[in-house]
Amino acid sequence: MILEESQRPGRRGLSLALHLDMPLVIALVLLSALGLVILYSAAGEDMSMVTRQALRLVLSFIVLVAFAQIRPETLHRWTPHLYTLGLILLLAVLALGVIGKGAQRWLDLGILRFQPSEVMKVAVPMMVAWYLAETPLPPHFRRILVGIALFAVPALLIAKQPDLGTALLIISAGSFVLLFAGLPWRYLIVAFILAIPTAVLLWKFGMHGYQRQRVLTFINPESDPLGAGYHIIQSTIAIGSGGIYGKGWLNGTQSHLDFLPERHTDFIFAVFGEEFGLFGALLMLALYLFVILRCLYITSRAQDTFTRLLSGGLTITFLVYVFVNIGMVSGLLPVVGVPLPLISYGGSSMVTLMASFGMLMSIHTHRKLLKM
Amino acid sequence: MARGLPLRDSQWESYLFRRRVIVAAIFSVALILLLGMRLFDLQVLNHQHYTTLSRNNRVDIQPIPPTRGLIFDRNGVILAENIPTFSLEIVPERVPDMNRTLSEIRKLINVSDDDMESFRNALKYKRRFEEIPLRFRLSDEEVARIAVNRYRLPGVEIKSRLSRYYPLGPLMAHTVGYVGRIDVQELQTLDASNYAGTNHIGKIGVEKAYEDELHGRVGYQQVETNARGRVLRVLQRTPPVPGRNLYLNIDVNLQHVAEQAFGNQYGALVAIDPTNGAVLALVSMPSFDPNVFVNGVDTKTYNELTTSKSQPLFNRAVTGQYPPGSTVKPFYGLAGLESGEITPNTEFYCPGYFTLKGDSHKYRGWKAGGHGIIDLSHAITESCDVYFYNLALKLGIDRMSAFMQQFGFGHRTGIDLTGESSGLMPSRTWKRRSKHQPWFPGETLITGIGQGFTLATPLQLASATATLAEFGKRMRPTVVEAVQDPITGKKNYPPPQALPPIPVVNIADWQRIQRAMISVVAAYNGTAHSISHDLAYQVAGKTGTAQVFGIKQDEVYVPQDIPKRLRDHALFIGFAPADKPRIAVAVLVQNGGGGGSVAAPIARKVMDTYLLGPDGQLKKDMQ
Repeated sequence: MILEESQRPGRRGLSLALHLDMPLVIALVLLSALGLVILYSAAGEDMSMVTRQALRLVLSFIVLVAFAQIRPETLHRWTPHLYTLGLILLLAVLALGVIGKGAQRWLDLGILRFQPSEVMKVAVPMMVAWYLAETPLPPHFRRILVGIALFAVPALLIAKQPDLGTALLIISAGSFVLLFAGLPWRYLIVAFILAIPTAVLLWKFGMHGYQRQRVLTFINPESDPLGAGYHIIQSTIAIGSGGIYGKGWLNGTQSHLDFLPERHTDFIFAVFGEEFGLFGALLMLALYLFVILRCLYITSRAQDTFTRLLSGGLTITFLVYVFVNIGMVSGLLPVVGVPLPLISYGGSSMVTLMASFGMLMSIHTHRKLLKM
Repeated sequence: MARGLPLRDSQWESYLFRRRVIVAAIFSVALILLLGMRLFDLQVLNHQHYTTLSRNNRVDIQPIPPTRGLIFDRNGVILAENIPTFSLEIVPERVPDMNRTLSEIRKLINVSDDDMESFRNALKYKRRFEEIPLRFRLSDEEVARIAVNRYRLPGVEIKSRLSRYYPLGPLMAHTVGYVGRIDVQELQTLDASNYAGTNHIGKIGVEKAYEDELHGRVGYQQVETNARGRVLRVLQRTPPVPGRNLYLNIDVNLQHVAEQAFGNQYGALVAIDPTNGAVLALVSMPSFDPNVFVNGVDTKTYNELTTSKSQPLFNRAVTGQYPPGSTVKPFYGLAGLESGEITPNTEFYCPGYFTLKGDSHKYRGWKAGGHGIIDLSHAITESCDVYFYNLALKLGIDRMSAFMQQFGFGHRTGIDLTGESSGLMPSRTWKRRSKHQPWFPGETLITGIGQGFTLATPLQLASATATLAEFGKRMRPTVVEAVQDPITGKKNYPPPQALPPIPVVNIADWQRIQRAMISVVAAYNGTAHSISHDLAYQVAGKTGTAQVFGIKQDEVYVPQDIPKRLRDHALFIGFAPADKPRIAVAVLVQNGGGGGSVAAPIARKVMDTYLLGPDGQLKKDMQ
């Protein structure tokens, strides 16, 4: 008789009944709580913002729980439809954007505004995993090309919105699925070698002056301290002045004095670093690392190709989120609009994030056990 | 769980996948470690650096300008004050449509193109929430017009600021001076931190000379600002120390009489209390309204003031240098007596001209027929040039120059005003150095009657006259009588400053010269006899007529034939009461003609006003 992990004898409790992975849930709750604490400070002690964020978190956890109930087989069945729907929505947004003359990421569905690119954050790794799982691993060359096309097309559409941050996340989600699928390392090396002349050509012919300026500003933010370099300069000052122990909760001068832009959204980590210092920052990094490693553990325990690739892709996407955001805020990477998962103020990305954690938990708790 | 074709090797797939997961785990740990290292770099290794940056970011030190000290005359009449003026200021961030707002304002009040231009310039570099002044010194009506329409003009504010104001306008404008906006040159020399909040600085006169006293010490407030520079709260405040008030020696009434006495004529007058050097009146005519300079003079007015032939901005009393003419005669007479070259009884023959041996050039006296045989006393009374040609020849330029320099000719008096000229007392060395020429005997002669190279400021003349009146005691002329602490109200009177006195060889020589000067006014043949009627006290004086225009040997000076600008300057020096001098006056009337007829009456009016009570008799304290 085939049992599922959640039905394993001797293991009872709410977490199993709800198909939840308790260590992961605890880590996520801790991170979310930490996020609320910082948000209170970053929002200038505005309780209403914290309340709104808390409501979003609750909603997101409900989404998580809901997705945890969906069996991996169901997810697998839905994947092509979800992906197609996502593509259609992206095109719709672009079309509306052309009509509305300007950047458009939202689709106004009357009661709620909805960002199709968020759907793609989950749909792309699902679709690439679905496609690659059709044949035995590792994929051969044609499969790889199609796989690349599967994430490159939506990424291009999103980059046109323009939302470089999300496009980047989608590209990394798709490529990490490819990597988990056993993409030969030499392909990666070749890609890197090809990337260098491409970058040079792009720099010379493919970029507008202002885009070049953005790259230059990234290399040397001080060259434009009041313009594009301002964000990075101010956030590094905030973090650096925090020191080992930080300035204390609500005592961050950089953030409270309005020096730090976007301090409750993309740059919230600077507030955290300033107020809680290296101690707090390392604690947060440890929590993130724990979440990632736990997810990788779940990935390693997954039983079929689709769920393996999907959970691996989702996990590394989460890592990319964390790395790009903190790297950007600490001046290690250029400024791209990527929120800090679970901490940054904002709803849309949190829902997708929790949905993917829900899928991971579903994958973990719906494993088949062979009863002897 | 094989699905479709080709067949899967489950074991191999799992092995491959597990390896990839391990790589992913290593990759994840590596990235997180990289972030941790970056944070260590920022928060530990470079913590100090960022702490400094953060502090600079947050705390802004803002200057609080001190209130400028006031200036009063000796009786407490206010000469320079700070009055609140209304200015129209605009906060750009609150203005929905700047062009519309500006055109609305221009419909309501007069805004010049100059104002618009400076506003547009300020708009470029000021921050969006800072007030930018559009118009200064709004009239009450203009304030009312704006106030009524305020509801239509968001972001437009009427602000009250302290502005320097000179209630007496042109009266003694040269002495009080004025403040103006700090210019680039001044910025380089002044104490930048003390002037951090100050827009105006003394430009001329007492306002400039006493800038340090008047300005005060700047105060500071430490404020917390946000990145846009908006003040969030004040952390610490060091109040400014207001500037000290000044009381001048000048009496506004006396000054007013003196200025009125000039009428439409240009010239200068300096009146000094010989006993202590206090400057009682300081006139330079024509004058100007200093108020136009305070908030930036417009180009048109400024050009009018600077290019005018009447040179209203030029301080003739202190900066102007003129040939002293015959006013130097008493001094040379004294030099002759004290040096022993002449005695009171030494007589010279005056045919109306003088010739040097071996030279046919006639050095003319002012009186065509000459004075005949004449002694020193009469030579001073009647201002005989020929006598002084003879005397100059006896003294020689070296002794003349040395003696006159003792009286301060050729040197600044050290008055507490800026822009003082040194005048010129020629000497052999001076001529060799500046003209690379030897000294010629003829030059000695004309120097003896105050012509040639000799130049003196009216201030120097007044100071030398005071010295003559006080038997060689010299005092530094001072404009400011007292400096007042504005908080305690305590006045500090700096003691009069004595200058090195002139050694007296024989006091009788000085008395003799003074008597001759009394005769200038009192005697019927005195050149200033015209002012002697109804004189309630004795005046010792000397007239002078300074040549501006050299006439040729055989020509006769006819004032009517010469353009006014080239006519002689009229001069008069004198002190009174002669027996107990309380006031020494030097008057210069530019292109005025005769010293006795034009300059002396002005001096008398000033002396009368200063010395006489309402009953027409000498005031008790002047006796």
